[in-house]
Amino acid sequence: MEPMEKRSVSDFAISNASVAQPVSASLAKALRRLRINDKVFHSITRAAAFFVLFLLSAIVVSLIIGAAPALQKFGFGFLTSERWNPVTENFGAFAPIYGTIITSLIAMVIAVPIGLLITLFLTELCPMWLRRPIGIAIELLAGIPSIIYGIWGLFVLAPFLQAHVQPFLIDLFGNVPVLSTLFAGPPYGIGILTSSLILAIMVLPFITSISRDVFEAVPPMLKEAAYGLGFTTWEVVRYVVLPYARVGVIGGVMLGLGRALGETMAVTFVIGNAHKVSSSLLAPGTTIASTIANEFTEAVGDIYTSSLIALGLLLFVITFTVLAAARFMLMKIERRQGCA
Amino acid sequence: MCMSQTMSAANGLYARRRRRNGVVLTLSFAATAVGLGILVLILGTLVVESFRGLSMKVFTEMTPPPGADGGLLNPIMGSLIMTVLGVIMGTPIGILAGTYMAEYGRFNKITHVIRFINDILLSAPSIIIGLFIYELVVAPMGHFSGFAGALALAVLVIPVVVRTTEDMMNLVPKELREASSALGMPRASMIAHISYRAARAGMITGVLLAIARISGETAPLLFTALNNQFFSWNLNAPMASLPAVIFQFALSPYADWQRLAWVGAMIITFAVLALSILARALSGSRK
Repeated sequence: MEPMEKRSVSDFAISNASVAQPVSASLAKALRRLRINDKVFHSITRAAAFFVLFLLSAIVVSLIIGAAPALQKFGFGFLTSERWNPVTENFGAFAPIYGTIITSLIAMVIAVPIGLLITLFLTELCPMWLRRPIGIAIELLAGIPSIIYGIWGLFVLAPFLQAHVQPFLIDLFGNVPVLSTLFAGPPYGIGILTSSLILAIMVLPFITSISRDVFEAVPPMLKEAAYGLGFTTWEVVRYVVLPYARVGVIGGVMLGLGRALGETMAVTFVIGNAHKVSSSLLAPGTTIASTIANEFTEAVGDIYTSSLIALGLLLFVITFTVLAAARFMLMKIERRQGCA
Repeated sequence: MCMSQTMSAANGLYARRRRRNGVVLTLSFAATAVGLGILVLILGTLVVESFRGLSMKVFTEMTPPPGADGGLLNPIMGSLIMTVLGVIMGTPIGILAGTYMAEYGRFNKITHVIRFINDILLSAPSIIIGLFIYELVVAPMGHFSGFAGALALAVLVIPVVVRTTEDMMNLVPKELREASSALGMPRASMIAHISYRAARAGMITGVLLAIARISGETAPLLFTALNNQFFSWNLNAPMASLPAVIFQFALSPYADWQRLAWVGAMIITFAVLALSILARALSGSRK
């Protein structure tokens, strides 16, 4: 039972309307029409709300049905096999899964510190009159369609990395044991690292905007007390703001991770679409979403199509888990704020 | 002597803390500069690259075969048609669902579940929506169609509109509703005349944001609307769209096509940015 006092009078208005004695027959008719209107509108809105639930279940069911032939044929081996051969109709999802996870993780490693530093700037250092314009500018990055990041990554970022950054990295780490395998091989320009950089730029605004919200929710009293004790700005952020905002920041990071995992077009342009797992970050690879985008319309045969839909199902399961965890954490912080 | 040692140790500590603080603040300044720099770089590249290909032909001619002259008329029209249809199909469902969550079911358990699921839908990868519509519409019909593309976009519109409608209607003061109920107004009329009116600006913002979101979407169109070299009003046939044409042209080896891809990219970006700034201005002016 929900607490009654939270309800407004309007929750009872209609049931009480029937108590009123109709003065005349025409008034009774009008009242009845209004009541019917009300019932109909209620049912329509409820149907629309349930449609949202239905939509998600329909998506899950259609993906499972579409993926069933491939999953039946390859079984659990679909997850662990690196093979992707349309000619012999032998498919395994390991390379795309690896590519999806590694690009997203590197993107987060780059974007989280930068995002938090921007948040620090916006909440502690920036003069008031500049906060709104800079905040909006950073959020505009989220508004740019992903295909624009793709075309920019392919024609601007990849050639730049190929000419200036990647040869430098190869030379720099050439003799260091572990790093030399991570940064090995010819500088293609496109590849895992380039995709990760593009993804990092794309998730940056999400991390910034959510951590900004939770940073600003820290009670000013706590911060002022710390400043009063002689904390430096960095110490206030490190020992007061971050511990207080931790759950929200993690939620924001997970939300960004969910975006990065499912990002399609930008990655498709710059990853190179090679179905193999290589130890070098400079080598081309593939992700689940870019494999589907590249091959779906050209897929011939039921098993090929079904394998691609099975990839889609996998992507859905991965992103659903991450997003659900993110929402759960953000909901927790909202509830805490609601109590305070 | 002991005293001065403590002093200098303390001075060292202060200096170290000040130094560390300075380093972090410099880094945070640099990070903001990098973020803004990237935005300027991307927009700058778009303007410079598309300037070479921009002419009236872009808006009056069809997409050309490689090596010939042409424009982007058919993808621009295709994008407009599918976006408008997607918004027309998605918005009513979104608004009604948001209305239920904010007005009728505000304290129900099910509303929490719907909100959670809606948030998942909101950030689910759009390529999955493309696969879903492919399975649902394209595969049974046996061919790609503009209608399927519009349907995929509608599925993307719904969660955005649900979210903003619910948020905005929750902001409507309870007292307004109670006053109208006290005057004997039926609930449905109260929602139509009080809640919708009070939340109107926010709901329009939501629809604008949804339009901004879908007009740049590529992934869900790739295997629903596919692409079309020519302009067609036929919703039952494949339909061109700006993002799909950019995808095809940018990855082609032909210089003319790549130039047109940049022009298309510029058109989409500035349309989307204008929409989101408009939406922001609308919601900002209400506060």
